[in-house]
Amino acid sequence: METFHIIVLLLDATFRVATPLVLAALAGMFSERSGVVDIGLEGKMLGAAFAAAAVAALSGSAWVGLGAGIITSIALSMLHAYACVTHKGNQVVSGMAINIVVAGLAPTLGYAWFRMGGQTPPLSGDARFRSLTLPFAETMRDVPIVGYIYAELISGHNIIVYMAAAAVPICAWILYKTRFGLRVRAVGENPHAVDTAGITVDLLRYKALAVTGLLCGIAGSYLSTAHGAGFIRDMTAGKGYLALAALIFGKWRPVPTLFACLLFAFTDAVQARLQGVELPVVGVIPVQFIQALPYILTVLLLAGFVGKANPPKAIGEPYIKER
Amino acid sequence: MSEQAPALELRRVNKSFGPVHANRDISLSVDRGSIHGIVGENGAGKSTLMSIVYGFYEADSGEIFVKGDRCDIENPQSSIKAGIGMVHQHFMLVDTFTVLENIILGVEGGFRLADGMTAARKELIRLEKEYALEVNVDAIVGDLPVGLRQRVEILKALYRGAEILILDEPTGVLTPQEADHLFRILDTLREQGKTVILITHKLREIMAITDNVSVMRRGEMVAHLKTSETSQAALAELMVGRSVLLQVEKEPAAPKDTLVSIHGLNYLDADDVPRLKDINLDIRAGEILGIAGVSGNGQSELLEVLGGILTPTSGSIRFKDQELVGSKAFTARNLRKIGLGHVPEDRHRAGLVLSFSANECAILGYHDKPEFNKGLRLDRRAIVETCEAYIKKYDVRPPDPYLTASGFSGGNQQKLVLAREMEQNPDVLLVGQPTRGVDIGAIEFIHNQLIKMRDAGKAILVVSVEIEEVMSIADRIAVMFDGEIVGEIAASEATETRLGLMMAGVRENARNKKAAG
Repeated sequence: METFHIIVLLLDATFRVATPLVLAALAGMFSERSGVVDIGLEGKMLGAAFAAAAVAALSGSAWVGLGAGIITSIALSMLHAYACVTHKGNQVVSGMAINIVVAGLAPTLGYAWFRMGGQTPPLSGDARFRSLTLPFAETMRDVPIVGYIYAELISGHNIIVYMAAAAVPICAWILYKTRFGLRVRAVGENPHAVDTAGITVDLLRYKALAVTGLLCGIAGSYLSTAHGAGFIRDMTAGKGYLALAALIFGKWRPVPTLFACLLFAFTDAVQARLQGVELPVVGVIPVQFIQALPYILTVLLLAGFVGKANPPKAIGEPYIKER
Repeated sequence: MSEQAPALELRRVNKSFGPVHANRDISLSVDRGSIHGIVGENGAGKSTLMSIVYGFYEADSGEIFVKGDRCDIENPQSSIKAGIGMVHQHFMLVDTFTVLENIILGVEGGFRLADGMTAARKELIRLEKEYALEVNVDAIVGDLPVGLRQRVEILKALYRGAEILILDEPTGVLTPQEADHLFRILDTLREQGKTVILITHKLREIMAITDNVSVMRRGEMVAHLKTSETSQAALAELMVGRSVLLQVEKEPAAPKDTLVSIHGLNYLDADDVPRLKDINLDIRAGEILGIAGVSGNGQSELLEVLGGILTPTSGSIRFKDQELVGSKAFTARNLRKIGLGHVPEDRHRAGLVLSFSANECAILGYHDKPEFNKGLRLDRRAIVETCEAYIKKYDVRPPDPYLTASGFSGGNQQKLVLAREMEQNPDVLLVGQPTRGVDIGAIEFIHNQLIKMRDAGKAILVVSVEIEEVMSIADRIAVMFDGEIVGEIAASEATETRLGLMMAGVRENARNKKAAG
């Protein structure tokens, strides 16, 4: 029974860690499927995390904070579009620039506004998304196995975790079953075909990047107003890059990407549990090494186990009419 | 018919790209229900003109009338609305999509795909029947052969209600049989009252299928003719402005020693797909060996293996008395040193460095020769002089050795590459697509140069997807299909039908049964 409990708790932690990864990876999916490389997921998340925390602290409402986070992220995404789509700039450079600007600007503004060393004030009460208890969670807790799983694993998360769970089928539906999705997939493969079919390539990419901004905004807000309680400098800690890695590992498809995110999150949950635990034979592993595990795993997976990835064909290339 | 306004009429259309006047005062009238050919050399402005009609570019001035109504065509949307459909030279298809998805792209009929798809499927099946354009609507486009992809493009235009269908160089990628099939489709379209505009530089096609023909030369429309009242020779003359010989005049070959002997050559690519299967060929001095075939059947790989770029998986290549496979000489650089020149198929990817000047491009691969060097430095003066000599001899225009390679037209770039390789006077010359994208005038020149080399006792291998070119310059023709040589015949015995069948993989003569078995 002990092992069972540990596994459930590990999975529970996995879900919490996976939430921002899933949202950011889906965000990246729209951008990259439309042919625009988005290495700026990290910056957009960080910007959203800061805006959400700052506004939530001032307004006292997590929802208003979430709105601010989304608006900030969409604005950064539009900046990326303006540089890469309108002006055909280099997509990696633009994305990197966004990451660097936000990493510096957020703590600077934080310091100027709140005088707390670049952080935002700690959030409490309604300024934070709190855990929800699903109906019958407490009464079902005593039912063996199923009840425990329901109460501990399924119930008791904040609203954004459930939003992330819902986002996967919704995004898959949009991508594969709607006109918008068809066009996004087409423009990432062959923008010339889209143009000659009478669709404006640039506008379509702007729309895709707006969706990216929206999802990234939710992911960032989760970090500061749901998972954490306030903004801390560099709080994304590479999650944007990890999401991008999951997207590639998932071959730019929603469901495989979800599983890639869950895998990365699971190793993170495991590393958190392994810290300081004495293992047979090896003894206590240095904490730095354990913390590096998810990243090592990422590198190994991307290097060796992805197989032949088929990225969208037109990815990274600005669309220029003359051929 | 004469009572009706023409399907499409252009009046004094102009278009410039910077200093280049691509279309100058073009007027054109296309009858309803006819097939109208537009011929001209590469760079004559045909594709630009049609891109204006399709709304891909906007004209600087001029008017366009569709069925007598003036149309402002600013973008593809407005052109589609006016009933104009275009099949581009490079297909505008998404390879990873199904046929159905490709066709409804842009006209999905609602936010949810499912709503439009069912109706579209029905409509497509009707269209396929009406125009004899069978293709499986659920197939992935990337898996389809080229001929079928072209059908998808035609269906795409018809599905959008096109009354006027423009085809830009539609047969460039097709086998003769596939091209014939396409012509039957165009015939059906004409019978059903559609108007077809066919852009091509192949005169044979114009004569075979069109009702009327317009000729373009250097951005201007020089003639409008009834096809029945003209001839290939007359059209060719109008295209270039002077008479050209379509068939190269040459003496019969006098083949001597075998300089390159290829035996049992195999090549597997990075994905372990066999690209060359048991190739046996001899290249002899004083003879031009032509390799025909639809592109993508192993010709490129054969050329790159012989050029020392790819390493064969097995087999033997003997050059004079030396075995190349496994030897140190078998690199692109060393082969040039021992007298094996190579004009790559793709001049942009492998023949030139586009951002280099003409004089730098003129020594690529030979840059370490003593005459181009002065101690550690390159001898700029000698290099420029060499390039000037090449430019003069090969009539490269503009005659500027300092112009970057990208500033020359395709034909002149090709002349630069040919000059570089031929002037080194190799014993064996490998030439890939000698005249791809080159005008008729330059084609004649290039062919004559190759024949001159042959007569000087050199061995020449020409790989070309232009069946007419192979038939015209080669002395012996080997046909490749799916990585194999399916047949080898003397050029004098070759007909287009015979070669066409071989290009489609049909083996004919007993001589190669030995090779196959």
